[in-house]
Amino acid sequence: MMRNLALFGAMFAALALVGFTQSWSVSLAILNLCLISAIMALGVNIQWGYAGLFNVGIMGFTALGGLAAVLVSQPPVIEAWKAGGAGIGLSLLALLGTVAAAVFVRRRVAGRWRNLAVLLTVVVGYFLIRSVFDPATDVIEATDPAKSGYLGGMGLPIIFSWIVGGLFAGAAAWLIGKIALGLRADYLAIATLGISEIVIAIIKNEDWLARGVKNVSGLSRPVPLEINLQQSEWFLSLANTLGADPITFSSIYVRLSYALLFAVVLLAILWLSERALKSPWGRMMRAIRDNRDAAEAMGKDVTRRHLQVFVLGSAVVGIAGAMLTTLDGQFTPGTYNPLRYTFLIWVMVIVGGSGNNWGSVLGGFLIWFVWVEAEPAGRWLMETLSGGLSDGPLKAHLLDAGPHMRLVVMGLILLLVLRFSPRGLIPEKTGR
Amino acid sequence: MTDILNALVLFANFVFVPGLAYGAQLALGALGVTLIFGILRFSNFAHGDTMAFGTMVTILVTWWFQSMGISFGPLPTALLALPFGILATIGIVLIFDKSVYKFYRTQKSPPIIFVMASVGVMFVMNGIVRFIIGPDDQRFADGERFIIRARDFEDWTGLSEGLALRTSQGLTIVIAVIVVAALFWFLQKSRTGKAMRAYSDNEDLALLSGINPDRIVMVTWILAAALATIAGVLYGLDKSFKPFTYFQLLLPIFAAAIVGGIGNPVGAIAGGFVIAFSEVTITYAYKKFLTYLVPESWAPEGLVQLLSTDYKFAVSFVILVLVLLIRPTGIFRGKVI
Repeated sequence: MMRNLALFGAMFAALALVGFTQSWSVSLAILNLCLISAIMALGVNIQWGYAGLFNVGIMGFTALGGLAAVLVSQPPVIEAWKAGGAGIGLSLLALLGTVAAAVFVRRRVAGRWRNLAVLLTVVVGYFLIRSVFDPATDVIEATDPAKSGYLGGMGLPIIFSWIVGGLFAGAAAWLIGKIALGLRADYLAIATLGISEIVIAIIKNEDWLARGVKNVSGLSRPVPLEINLQQSEWFLSLANTLGADPITFSSIYVRLSYALLFAVVLLAILWLSERALKSPWGRMMRAIRDNRDAAEAMGKDVTRRHLQVFVLGSAVVGIAGAMLTTLDGQFTPGTYNPLRYTFLIWVMVIVGGSGNNWGSVLGGFLIWFVWVEAEPAGRWLMETLSGGLSDGPLKAHLLDAGPHMRLVVMGLILLLVLRFSPRGLIPEKTGR
Repeated sequence: MTDILNALVLFANFVFVPGLAYGAQLALGALGVTLIFGILRFSNFAHGDTMAFGTMVTILVTWWFQSMGISFGPLPTALLALPFGILATIGIVLIFDKSVYKFYRTQKSPPIIFVMASVGVMFVMNGIVRFIIGPDDQRFADGERFIIRARDFEDWTGLSEGLALRTSQGLTIVIAVIVVAALFWFLQKSRTGKAMRAYSDNEDLALLSGINPDRIVMVTWILAAALATIAGVLYGLDKSFKPFTYFQLLLPIFAAAIVGGIGNPVGAIAGGFVIAFSEVTITYAYKKFLTYLVPESWAPEGLVQLLSTDYKFAVSFVILVLVLLIRPTGIFRGKVI
């Protein structure tokens, strides 16, 4: 216990050090992403630590959360709805109809014609959907393409998107889990990797949904804008009493508000996960993880439990994804990269200690901190190393390449922890 | 009649030949994955970055050769540099095996731990490649660009559609045939190859009959590294080299290996072509092709493209899922642990 407190204490001391040496604004920015990373790591820990499911599609669930942020908070584009809303609705109906017809055919047709009949139904349905869908998306994308060109969202406060993001990710996870969970462990990994790439491809290319690579920026915020703060009476007097410069203080104030919101979500999820882990349900999950066959023989429905935990973990990641987009204030599908959004989260879980929620939180904080600080450190290292070199292409290249060192650092951290301390910084508690 | 010929030539030019070359590249990549799976029994997530590493070394040596004025006549200089790339990749892969995987092998860790370790190796390799050559696109093809030019073909046949065969495509196919033939000869006829197959089929029996596991593992890594480098260089010559693209190739390569039956070399080749041709045929716009075939008044208005090219990953993934659902062992019976 003392050790864990010391570890968390050291983490906050490191953040404070950044505050003193660089600036408090930077330190709080890192803290905000640390909090979000911790939530993502918790989601992955629910899947890997509780149940031993290897999900490398985290990027996809994060992006679904981000999509939710756009669809919830942006105002609806009325002209686009008028022009193409009916078409989109109709193609959705056609999609449902096709799925229903395929299921019907699969149930009714027997023998060797079954697969062919299902395939035929799907192909006919596909062309039917495309015939309604293509014209509808064309008109939607043509309405004021420079500013909107998409259907817009629901115009609700963005904070609701955190719940919707969780729902989106959970629904997607249910679909994937239905298909892939019966399979071997590394097949699940490959399947989730594929799904996440497809989710990104869809978000990038379906401009009618969230403008694709044209990005949606200027999302509404759950906290006040800096510029409004600087003009409000109470804020200026508050800054005055604290003796702070209003402009720097406004940015610190905004980031602190975000940090508070995120911390509330993190603590809520952490509390729930801890409760779940200590409940009979948690013991059952660990029993399934440690000896699947024995748990099955005891009458536990392993596939269903796996599906359940897969959906829960993915939903947590989806919540974090929506929070991330909220913090950024924009949705940029082009920036989703599996190294940053999938594998980095895995490093957090492994380093923190798989199976232990506190470990995942610490891992999220620590690895995000290292990831951010490795960039200036890499540059500094390169500048020191190449200090003796004369100016030339080699020196320029080395200076350019410095930031890529952090990938090597992350890989080495993962390999070293896996090799020498596979239980992580805060190991799972076993036995009672 | 000429319309039908034109349509066929058009199809060959934009679907068949590119699909054949891409399929050969995927097949070579999938062979490496499948060998690792058959012997070491895990899915190697670092394979894409192994390809990138080998290609990077080859590119650097190519540039060095070019700066010294060495060239390979009409063929790309990269072919001369390829052996150096292979050697370097074998070196780094063996270092990683000694420093990372060997420990887990002696511990008899579950496959998932190997997969995680390979994720760590992937990070390190990705970092090294980006550090040395940068994250940007690199083109390194030189020499004659075409074996058959579209214009020459048109003049020669009198058709209005041309069939072009790029040197990189021709080379890919020829080299893939040679490499696959050599690999199968090795696996079927040589003593080490037989030992490898025995080890893959039944590890305990193989150990009992005196097969040295360390040697088997080493040969497997050497073969996988060589295959990865060749696949990577051919892909780079055909398209271009970008570290991130190579990482993304992991998905179609895994799909090819699993669709064909993981652990089965014949399956890897079949899977490579299945994935490649599905991707190309489904994302090709058939408008012009159909215009040749149907009467003028029926000519399609849209592009007649089943899926936009941005969804080619979706194609390989859907095929992967279908195979996993209908026939989890793959086309040719592979292993299911």
